Amino acid sequence: MANATTTDHIDIPERDYAAPAVHYLNWQYTASSWLLTLDHKRIAILYLITISIFFMVGGLFATIFRMELLTPEGDLLNADTYNKMFTLHGVVMIFFFLIPSIPAVLGNFLLPLMIGAKDVAFPRLNLFSWYILIIGGTMAVTLTVTGGLDTGWTFYSPLSTHFANTNVFLAALTVFVTGFSSILTGLNFLVTIHKMRAPGLTWFRLPLFIWAIYATSIIQILGTPVVAITILLAGIERVWGVGIFDPYLGGDPVLFQHMFWFYSHPAVYIMILPGMGAISEIIACFSRNRVFGYEFIAFSSVAIAIIGFLVWGHHMYVSGQSMYAGYVFSILTMIVAVPSAIKIFNWTATLYKGNVVWATPMLYAIGFIGLFAIGGATGLFLGILGLDVPLHDTYFVVAHFHYVMVGGMVMAYLAGLHFWWPKMTGKMYPQLPAQVCAVVIFVGFNLTFFPQFLAGWMGMPRRYHSYHPDFQIWNVLSTAGAGVLGVGFTVPVFYFLWSLFYGKTAGSNPWGARGLEWEQCTSPPDPHNFHHTPVVDHIAYPYTGEETLSV
Amino acid sequence: MSSAADTHEHNPHLAHHFETIEQQEEAQSMGMWLFLAQEFMFFGGLFCAYAVWRFTYHDAWFEGSSHLSTFWGGLNTIVLLLSSYTMAMGVYYCQIGDTKRLTNRLIMTLGLGIVFVAVKLQFEWFPKFHDGVVPGQWWGPAGHYADMAAFPEQGHLQLFYFLYYVMTGMHAFHMLIGFGILIPLIVMSAMGKFGPQRFMAILNFGLYWHFVDIVWVFLFPMFYLVT
Repeated sequence: MANATTTDHIDIPERDYAAPAVHYLNWQYTASSWLLTLDHKRIAILYLITISIFFMVGGLFATIFRMELLTPEGDLLNADTYNKMFTLHGVVMIFFFLIPSIPAVLGNFLLPLMIGAKDVAFPRLNLFSWYILIIGGTMAVTLTVTGGLDTGWTFYSPLSTHFANTNVFLAALTVFVTGFSSILTGLNFLVTIHKMRAPGLTWFRLPLFIWAIYATSIIQILGTPVVAITILLAGIERVWGVGIFDPYLGGDPVLFQHMFWFYSHPAVYIMILPGMGAISEIIACFSRNRVFGYEFIAFSSVAIAIIGFLVWGHHMYVSGQSMYAGYVFSILTMIVAVPSAIKIFNWTATLYKGNVVWATPMLYAIGFIGLFAIGGATGLFLGILGLDVPLHDTYFVVAHFHYVMVGGMVMAYLAGLHFWWPKMTGKMYPQLPAQVCAVVIFVGFNLTFFPQFLAGWMGMPRRYHSYHPDFQIWNVLSTAGAGVLGVGFTVPVFYFLWSLFYGKTAGSNPWGARGLEWEQCTSPPDPHNFHHTPVVDHIAYPYTGEETLSV
Repeated sequence: MSSAADTHEHNPHLAHHFETIEQQEEAQSMGMWLFLAQEFMFFGGLFCAYAVWRFTYHDAWFEGSSHLSTFWGGLNTIVLLLSSYTMAMGVYYCQIGDTKRLTNRLIMTLGLGIVFVAVKLQFEWFPKFHDGVVPGQWWGPAGHYADMAAFPEQGHLQLFYFLYYVMTGMHAFHMLIGFGILIPLIVMSAMGKFGPQRFMAILNFGLYWHFVDIVWVFLFPMFYLVT
């Protein structure tokens, strides 16, 4: 970037401690001004409330089956109920929390602010996406109370098509419908990023969060429709009694697995890429440094989106797919780890000689780096063709993806929420409880999931309600950790709500951060975001390393 | 940088969050193309399933295909291609401002679309239902399809008809969605809402309609012309 050096003398705006009299939260109060709003910021708040509720529901299911696993015998739940619990935990957490979490909440709120636009490209479609999620959520609640689902979130045939006696068809429809919420959000974001950037905001001046959302949106648009049609086919086949995936009727269950993982592997990148974007923002802000290797982080997001489409077969090493396909998928799995590693190294290099501030978002971000590194590296163990055979379907796999999904995405989501909360609400939450809570979550998380690595390594299979007594110690530790984690996830609800009423006024830029949403917007933002369309003449993150910050 | 608010007064079709009408049109066009990319992947999953079974159960595909009517399928192909032509002309008349011909062409498109769905149901699906060509528990080819009962692998044959119903059904469903959009467009066009200044809705619907046509152009040989 030849013109990227015009950054040295940027006037940092005076800190503005006054909240604006009129902002997006208070300019209208009626219910319809919320439920029919076209404002991306209000839609973000609607998503925030919705997915917080789903997170609690999904957590409740987890609490129930973790209690069952305290003892080796199946004493609290019978096998059928246990199967329903972990299935619903997976379905709710994946489709109703993780996939919408950062894109739909923080993405909706921040995308137009970060690129200097008044709204996303299609505000009505944006609201419609939220309503689709609500319809899907209603269907999910209906299926839960009318028989549940016990196929695992993966809907594998022939269990889903032949044996299960639960609400498989309704569940298939639920996933189908909910998928369109994700597709339309991705479509909206892609068009917004392409067409609505402020004057001067070239691609390589964009915040890295935008790059991450961009890559995520590509996956949402190209991946989700495939799983939609796959699960719909499985559902229709169950009702109709024809075998396309069901071997009893002449079908091929491996075909189902191919079509399912073609989306569902890229979907794990939907669940981690936006988190990586948020972490890039936070690391830069709280180390007062420019992000090291901006272009590498930006392109690694796109690389993950592209290569991520080519590795789905690593879920299927033991399914009977061709051994040669297994070789190729194993090699590609090694390759897709490279861009993730690039990000980790670049974040670490950003910290180097930075002016690190241990504010709450930074604690979460550092936690993210450590936990994601473990989750990612164990993913490589599982991507190795030979090693996967004994580890397949053990708790090692469970621990691995929870390190990525919870240790990665949930930590990143909480980091982002703590980082942008003052922007979203205009209020600052108390730092000390929040910092303590971040540490509690980190400890509770490791206590929950690290024992699962060990149990899995020793061969404890997943998805059973009873297990060999030798594994009890690891399960007791894990359940204890889940309790700590549950406390850690509950406390932020209270101090966030407290801050709304009693929190200090945050001012437009409490962290001294760089970026349009901090420097050109009030907290909370104006209903129309900016009084004047911003003009950008510098690269992202022009931190000099000299600003200081006390929190 | 002055606010763009003063230029907003000149074009009532410009939404508040866009700076210029060109920006708005580009965004709408890109949105539609991305939606079609999504549709492409959606049908792609079905085409993938089709390809797997087509190569695995070639005999069943041949047997099933030989009982589909090339006449009605071919006629419907012509009907659908004609509707694409009328739709394309509609876009043209919209852009040159001939709203009367635009309305006219939209009605013709709708009419041809309805003919397509009616032929499909009346001459293709309903007779098959009547003669027991229904995959699953009601399977039992009789009447016009009685000789299919002699085919040794009935399960594979059912798979052919399952994909036939699902894929042509998903295509017909997309046409029904198209009708649902066309009808309001016709009403708005008759009220003179469209013209050279406001044609994105027509253009984007045209893209959708052509996409649905192209899907059929693939479905027709895949099901009717297998040898």
